[in-house]
Amino acid sequence: MVKRSTEISVGLFMLAGLVALFFLAMKVSNLGSKGTDGGYLVTAHFQNVGSLKEKSPVTIAGVRVGRVQQISFNEKTFEAVATLYIEPRYDQLPKDTFAKILTAGLLGEQYIGLDPGGSEQFLEPGDKITMTQSALVLEDIIGQAIFNQAEGGGNAF
Amino acid sequence: MDALARLGRVGIDFLENLGRAHLLLWAMLRGVDDLMRRPRLLVEQIHSVGVLTVLIIAVAGTFVGMVLALQGYYILTQFAAEQMLGVMVAASLVRELGPVVAALLFAGRAGSALTAEIGLMKATEQLAGLEMMAVDPVKRVLTPRFFAGLISVPLLGAMFSALGVLGGFLVGAGLLGVDAAGYWSVMQTRIDFYGDLVNGGIKSVVFGVACTWIALYQGYEADPTSEGVGRATTRTVVHSSLAVLGLDFILTALMFGE
Repeated sequence: MVKRSTEISVGLFMLAGLVALFFLAMKVSNLGSKGTDGGYLVTAHFQNVGSLKEKSPVTIAGVRVGRVQQISFNEKTFEAVATLYIEPRYDQLPKDTFAKILTAGLLGEQYIGLDPGGSEQFLEPGDKITMTQSALVLEDIIGQAIFNQAEGGGNAF
Repeated sequence: MDALARLGRVGIDFLENLGRAHLLLWAMLRGVDDLMRRPRLLVEQIHSVGVLTVLIIAVAGTFVGMVLALQGYYILTQFAAEQMLGVMVAASLVRELGPVVAALLFAGRAGSALTAEIGLMKATEQLAGLEMMAVDPVKRVLTPRFFAGLISVPLLGAMFSALGVLGGFLVGAGLLGVDAAGYWSVMQTRIDFYGDLVNGGIKSVVFGVACTWIALYQGYEADPTSEGVGRATTRTVVHSSLAVLGLDFILTALMFGE
């Protein structure tokens, strides 16, 4: 016969193990933030998305409000199309919201920052954000600086 | 000629051991229906194999996480990338350290105990006694222990990783001043459920099978003397550790190698 205390300790052990697994799945991995239930999708067209990736954060005023769901390329307009997933409680973003691709720190990851505009109408699911600013590409900036320097006799910096 | 014969004997011994180990594995797996009828045996063994190992796993996991955070912070801060601390701690724990270190500790704490127990049962002729009573010692003694190890190691690995992440959080957010919300949010965006967690879990299961199997085989095949049991116990720890490290390399190459 197994002692009752042994049974209880084994039960606790199994429970602790399962709690640990659940914790890893929900808190550590991306499983907890998956699913588009309740939230909505909007698209933003960029000239260049830089190193933006799927699952990159979407923020307003530094607060995370969603993530990048998908990035594709539109062959007709030659633009990159980023589909943004916005969490359900942020459903009152103005229609003329401005989307910028920003970089966290000098070498950090890229994310999308939204600047709310002044419109009284709100973004609907499936809407397109028209005003965007592309990612800064280091080579372009350096190229521009060199070009300016050559033109302006070294006063550009 | 002598050297050649010795080399040949080593090869034959190796294959013979491998064959016997697989026969034992097969015999243990065939005992699963008997085990279903007596789940109490399994509960008893999970207690001695799993529950008693929790303490060392918990302490080791927490401290490994804390050390990872300290060392990771030192490197990351040089690149102004402290917000990646959570990813670094969680990825190294979930992918590698959790399954591997938990299995190594399991081999040292529970595997050696299993071998000594089975070896002593053999030396004191308890296994032979069971056979005299028409009870199959493999099904009655080894199968519950095998499945107890198989169930315990993944759970222990998960506990190790979870406590390590918490330990890293304590040091990172509490001591080093990394942004607490950033620790979790960057971790959640970068750690993939299938790519990282499930693969780590598969590793843990494989290590659990390997460690328990080696421990039981060494005990079952030990010389029935006090010296033989001692040697078998040493062999269990050495072989299990080598098996875990070797298997880990192969599994990592298969899972994470492009």
